[in-house]
Amino acid sequence: MKSALLLTSCHDQTTTVVSSSIRGHGDAQLSGKAITVALAGQPNVGKSTVFNVLTGLNQHVGNWPGKTIQQKVGTCRCNGTTITIVDLPGTYSLSANSPEELIAREYIIRERPDVVAVIINAAALERNLYLLAELLALSSPVVVGLNMVDVANHEGIKIEPEVLEAALGVPVVPMVATKNRGIDDLVATITRLVAGDVPYEPKVPEIRPDHKDVLAELYNLCGAHVPEPYPPDWVAIKLLEGDTEITRVMQDHLPDDVWQRVYAILHAHEDAVVDVAGGRYEWIGRMTRAALVRPSIGQVTVTDRLDRVATHPLWGLLLLSGMLGVVFWITYAVGAPLQAWLDSYIVGGLSGLVDNLLANAPLWLWGLVIDGVIGGAGMVITFLPILVIFFTAMGLLEDMGYMARAAYVMDRFMHLMGLHGKSFLPLFVGFGCNVPSVVGTRIIESRRARLLTILLAPLVPCTARMAVVAYLTPIFFATAAPWVAWGLILLSLLVLAVSGVVLNKVLFKGERAAFIMELPLYHVPNWRTIGLSVWQRTAEFLKKAGTLILVVSVIVWVLSVLPYGEVESSLLAGVGRSLAPVGALMGLDWRMMVALLTSFIAKENAIASLGILFGSTGLSAGGAAQEEAQLAVSLKGAFTPAAGLGFLAVQMLFIPCVATVAAIKQETDSWKWTAFSVGLLLLISFVVGIAVYQLARLVGL
Amino acid sequence: MVPLSKLDAGEVGIVQELDGGRGFVGRLAALGFTRDAEVAMVQNFGRGPLIVTVRDTRIALGRGEAGKIQVAKKRPSR
Repeated sequence: MKSALLLTSCHDQTTTVVSSSIRGHGDAQLSGKAITVALAGQPNVGKSTVFNVLTGLNQHVGNWPGKTIQQKVGTCRCNGTTITIVDLPGTYSLSANSPEELIAREYIIRERPDVVAVIINAAALERNLYLLAELLALSSPVVVGLNMVDVANHEGIKIEPEVLEAALGVPVVPMVATKNRGIDDLVATITRLVAGDVPYEPKVPEIRPDHKDVLAELYNLCGAHVPEPYPPDWVAIKLLEGDTEITRVMQDHLPDDVWQRVYAILHAHEDAVVDVAGGRYEWIGRMTRAALVRPSIGQVTVTDRLDRVATHPLWGLLLLSGMLGVVFWITYAVGAPLQAWLDSYIVGGLSGLVDNLLANAPLWLWGLVIDGVIGGAGMVITFLPILVIFFTAMGLLEDMGYMARAAYVMDRFMHLMGLHGKSFLPLFVGFGCNVPSVVGTRIIESRRARLLTILLAPLVPCTARMAVVAYLTPIFFATAAPWVAWGLILLSLLVLAVSGVVLNKVLFKGERAAFIMELPLYHVPNWRTIGLSVWQRTAEFLKKAGTLILVVSVIVWVLSVLPYGEVESSLLAGVGRSLAPVGALMGLDWRMMVALLTSFIAKENAIASLGILFGSTGLSAGGAAQEEAQLAVSLKGAFTPAAGLGFLAVQMLFIPCVATVAAIKQETDSWKWTAFSVGLLLLISFVVGIAVYQLARLVGL
Repeated sequence: MVPLSKLDAGEVGIVQELDGGRGFVGRLAALGFTRDAEVAMVQNFGRGPLIVTVRDTRIALGRGEAGKIQVAKKRPSR
């Protein structure tokens, strides 16, 4: 047995800042050698743990050029060598079926990293080696990191790394990344491989005999025309697999007569994709025959036992609702007080400080800083506790392996809306706050389902919207208030379901991504991985969305005071007045429309605006309680319950707060889809609002 | 030959054929659903999605998706 599990620290993390360029060869030349390593692996193999252990906080998180898929690049140093590590998206294979797979293979083909380190889950060796079979067809040398050896042992699976290494002709390093074992050995092997100190004679998988001739024919026809930097033999295999991307590339590069012949061959072997995959698995079978010992069938594992409950149609649902209950309980027990504390001490303190500083400044500057800037920034700050709690909860459930079970249990319900089971959790979190809901859609792999979920997320009534409902329903409906509140929630969910079905039909032609999902083995959560992902998500939101929130807050504040310094005569009121004809259809006047518009900054602002627009008519000397009572009287006097219901219905479905819109922009990375979302919600809320008001009037409210 | 979705929990099938578009078939094949691969049914309640294991991995499949995988039932060896 190779003594691979060293515990010495070879990879001291450097403070080199990685440039956003992923070429990486150039910038670290100063200190000795510099190499680039691409980190590949299937999902659920502990790849991000390996990446985090290697690079620590020394990571650069961005997007792959032109994509909304996250790209992570980091550096580590080992014996004077600076290693730039590019974390490729987790993929099962290297087909053209998903943008992640295209990114991974295009990176390896075009950027030619010095080494590709493929992380493999020892507990599912055969399936994991499938990715290796694909990687070996490309030009970069490959090192195998045989991870989760402890989990495999626990499942009764025994693997002899050196036997596997001898069979593959590729270095194999056993590791337990969560316990920081074997990672140094992986780095050392990589540097030795680059230096040429390790033998590297990979046994590349061959095609099944019955397709050998066809493959040779394709190679002969295409070989001379394959554009740089694609390897010709790889192109031939991908053509035979029916790879859409490579087929398109070759159609562009082949002379017409040759393309016709290639096309005829491909047409005659349309089913070859299964045989090519089958060939790779046969190769894997030969490679692992001597190295792998499986447990006798019938052994009941921990995962089996937990899944009896977690994936059961009834117990699974109960478990899920229990877990969600705990998450929301923590949010209210810890998050809400923390939020109030931040609001009164940090934001309040800051306002007080600035108030003193600007005592002699002009009134407009005072207003701009206190109401505009600090108001906007304060909202971003008070968001933090809730975001961190939700991100932690979701990260924990994901890392433990539970997330896939929740998706499985909910799939039959989400199915009805053309959604994937994985859409459930992000949408559900929306009852707390729509922001982590939108950011949380990252767990959905299918682009289409993810976009649909983002578009639907603002229709889930968040706590701030419910606060407005809780405030206004007693005014209009007295004792029937709780029933009206429940009715409004049901209305929101009904609109969500209908919108889901319609959007899926119209935008995506009713197609639904196939439901094929791995259920990973349960394991003890790794706090380092969770902590890092929470930190990255929160920091990203602060950086990207924070700026936008601040800018919009200031703009809305300016609109609400220009030109004469008061809301009633402001530009914002002008917009409200121009919306009055639409409002009239819902029984609302311009003041209600202004209240709606100000709810764009934060939903609870609607109440404050109504207070200003209806309350301050002279008698407000008796403090807050009296002001509130007076607002209630004014509102009741000005509007029928039907109009009140109309306002509440619009308010539930209106454009979400600016923080959510900023999150939508961040996650779709597209102004077009952000604008579409805003326009869609404007349309939905007005249509539903009008319908509710007119119906309520018919009934006689 | 029966669709995979017809297997009861505990039964094992040998993959014979995959129906469906090339992208779908390619995804299944990459996950290990290739000809002659053994698939064991873990959970099947007759409706809704189901769980199988193939090549040491448990995979959740929609009922529709499972219906496109044709298997031959393996007789219990004992």
